Amino acid sequence: MTSPLPLHPPAVVGTGTILLRGGRVLDPAAGTDEIRDVLVRDGTIVAVGEGLDPHADAATDAATDAGADPGTPGGAATSTDVEVIDCTGHWVTPGFVDVHTHLREPGFEDAEDIGTGSAAGAAGGYTALCPMANTDPVCDSAAVAELVWRRGREVALVDLYPVGSITKGLAGQELTEFGELAHSAARIDFFSDDGMPVADALVMRRALQYALAFDAVLCNHAQDPSLTADAQMNEGEWSSVLGLPGWPHEAEEIMIARDLILAEGLGARLHVPHVTTAGAVALIRQAKERGIRVTAEATPHHLSLTDDLVASYDPVLKVNPPVRTADDVHALREALADGTIDAVATDHAPHAPELKDQEWEHAPCGMLGLETAFAVVNTELVATGVLDPLTAIARLTVGPASVRDVGDHGGAIAPGRPANLAVVDPDHTWTVDAGALHSRARNTPFAGRALRGKPVHTLLRGRFTLRDGRVRQDAEVTA
Amino acid sequence: MSLQHLISIEDLEHDEVVQILDTAEEMLPIAQRQRNSVPTLRGKVVCNLFLEDSTRTRISFDLAAKRLSAEVINFSAKGSSVSKGESFKDTALTLDAMGVDCVVVRSGSSGAPLQLSHYLDVPILNAGDGWHQHPTQALLDVFTMRRHLGDLAGRKVAVVGDILHSRVARSEVQALKLVGAEVVLVAPPTLLPPAVERWGATVATDLDAVLPEIDVLYLLRVQRERMNSAFFPSSREYARIWGVDRRRLDLLKPDALVMHPGPMNRGVEISGDVADSDRSVITEQVTNGIAVRMAVLYLLLAGAGRADAELTPEVTR
Repeated sequence: MTSPLPLHPPAVVGTGTILLRGGRVLDPAAGTDEIRDVLVRDGTIVAVGEGLDPHADAATDAATDAGADPGTPGGAATSTDVEVIDCTGHWVTPGFVDVHTHLREPGFEDAEDIGTGSAAGAAGGYTALCPMANTDPVCDSAAVAELVWRRGREVALVDLYPVGSITKGLAGQELTEFGELAHSAARIDFFSDDGMPVADALVMRRALQYALAFDAVLCNHAQDPSLTADAQMNEGEWSSVLGLPGWPHEAEEIMIARDLILAEGLGARLHVPHVTTAGAVALIRQAKERGIRVTAEATPHHLSLTDDLVASYDPVLKVNPPVRTADDVHALREALADGTIDAVATDHAPHAPELKDQEWEHAPCGMLGLETAFAVVNTELVATGVLDPLTAIARLTVGPASVRDVGDHGGAIAPGRPANLAVVDPDHTWTVDAGALHSRARNTPFAGRALRGKPVHTLLRGRFTLRDGRVRQDAEVTA
Repeated sequence: MSLQHLISIEDLEHDEVVQILDTAEEMLPIAQRQRNSVPTLRGKVVCNLFLEDSTRTRISFDLAAKRLSAEVINFSAKGSSVSKGESFKDTALTLDAMGVDCVVVRSGSSGAPLQLSHYLDVPILNAGDGWHQHPTQALLDVFTMRRHLGDLAGRKVAVVGDILHSRVARSEVQALKLVGAEVVLVAPPTLLPPAVERWGATVATDLDAVLPEIDVLYLLRVQRERMNSAFFPSSREYARIWGVDRRRLDLLKPDALVMHPGPMNRGVEISGDVADSDRSVITEQVTNGIAVRMAVLYLLLAGAGRADAELTPEVTR
């Protein structure tokens, strides 16, 4: 099992010419923030510049952009099919990349499947998602990883980069066959037991050590389980009043500290998922200064919601790790701005409605995220001046792309590169309607909220997966 | 009374507490069986939805409703559709469809009564939810204190024991603050809730130093299983450091009361002779509980207006 099997469906590539005209191009890889046209031909960006002519041939287009190499791929096939998309007032960005997604297939299709989850991703401006391993069966074999990857190709709305489990069955004991997954068609270089922390320090140490052979990244849910038995919400003033068992910030920080120490000793790569506490931010900031190979993510909900909201006992707000205090939110925002936190990740976690319609303590943890992520970041962080637009887009694109290998996603908007792009309207204000989401589940904590900013178009290799706010309908979406 | 539900003491204003206590005062002769039942809530159906076992509280609510001539249906988790996997929501919708007039709910899940109030249009009366609230317990305690001490403004109450896991403590502190009493919490540090200083009570660890200053000593039940989770080392040590025995009883002011929400662990938080002493009003709390629950049911179901006009006994004794 050292090379991809021959029967895998090829990646879908767009055909024809698309001119994204007059948008504000935010290209974090190049540091570009300027009004530009972007010309796409047969799935590939062929020119970025001013006043591009979509009818000119590829060589001419490319020449209008200083430094571009005429005759780059895409220039060969000239099509008469030309579409001009007016992007005035919109941002043109790399397609978003989510390193932390739950698509629930296989096993929990009553909450989400790869069709509905991919549609949610496309609607959210994403071109690449990393579905987590806590499916049934668990993604601890090439068979499961390739199933997920292949379904993604068939649906063809986003590219899927599955996450393999660190341990077999998420049991925290025996290592998953990293090599088998790395060499599968899904080419997995990122492993996580998701919500199940690898509690045993020796298992984690061996996993980090073994992963060195594949330059793989390990992502460990940062929660010391002995400190969080029965935990229901952030431990603090509100858990005290609401009578809910607390999830102390120390439980997150102790696990991160342990993993950072282990990773430093081994020179291994560590990714810290959904950072939520000010103390965790300080640990990661210090680790980066020391040169430890660590990346980190924060979710839109932890960047915007606080534990006082739990006073409603609405289980839609139940999530692990829990929403924290205003001080923690402030620290997370600073960390996202200064790059201590590399990526915004959704931890998109669909749950069937009947599971969330229970008493708080019995409801499962998790929130939807893909379709609101950009809007929450834009509303809470950009409109408030915490992040400039280019930095915000960086945390949705090049940031997550630095966490693991996601192919051509999240990179530069430049001639010769696959046209994985998002076009967003940063000023469009809309009210979140849980029933109108593409996800099969409805558990968004932002339901009823007015948010600012919405993806208008998403292109995967030059093919519209979202166009004028509508997800393309020919895809195998089973919602 | 403007109150639609009684879910948390936090939802009450000072005047509402006084109204409940005054109404309970009028109910007390009926609760004490000095007067017969009254037809006030005739035709009303009260459902006791007990998703967590609590025979004492259920019987108290049962009696309170019956003294007001309401019909009572008891719905407990055991032997019901809940034990067959029916969801909380479906249970709520079923009760709604059956046309009950009030749901008295007890649940091990903090927040369940508030959630229930979103599913049902009838008044919800919280009979205890998780570690969150037990509002009628706090009201009956304040009622009992007021009967002995009069105005509680400026009075000092020590609440001693497992504050962390106690729904009673949360309601008690809020209710006492509403009537102007001062509260001091005494507990092993492991059994104090996080950020407890925000509750508006003072915290002390030396029980002996607190006892001479207080008007009421309120002891909480400590569950023996807590020592298995390293909250404290043993029931013997608990009794010695935090429990109240005859020696500590003698440190109290002469007119100070000893109270306990029950059920007691004699020999742990309270010694037998303290429980049975003339300072203890623990059995009185039980009787007062019926009167306070009658008052709350009356105010939720019969609406505004003076209670005494409608409190004519059906049959003269």
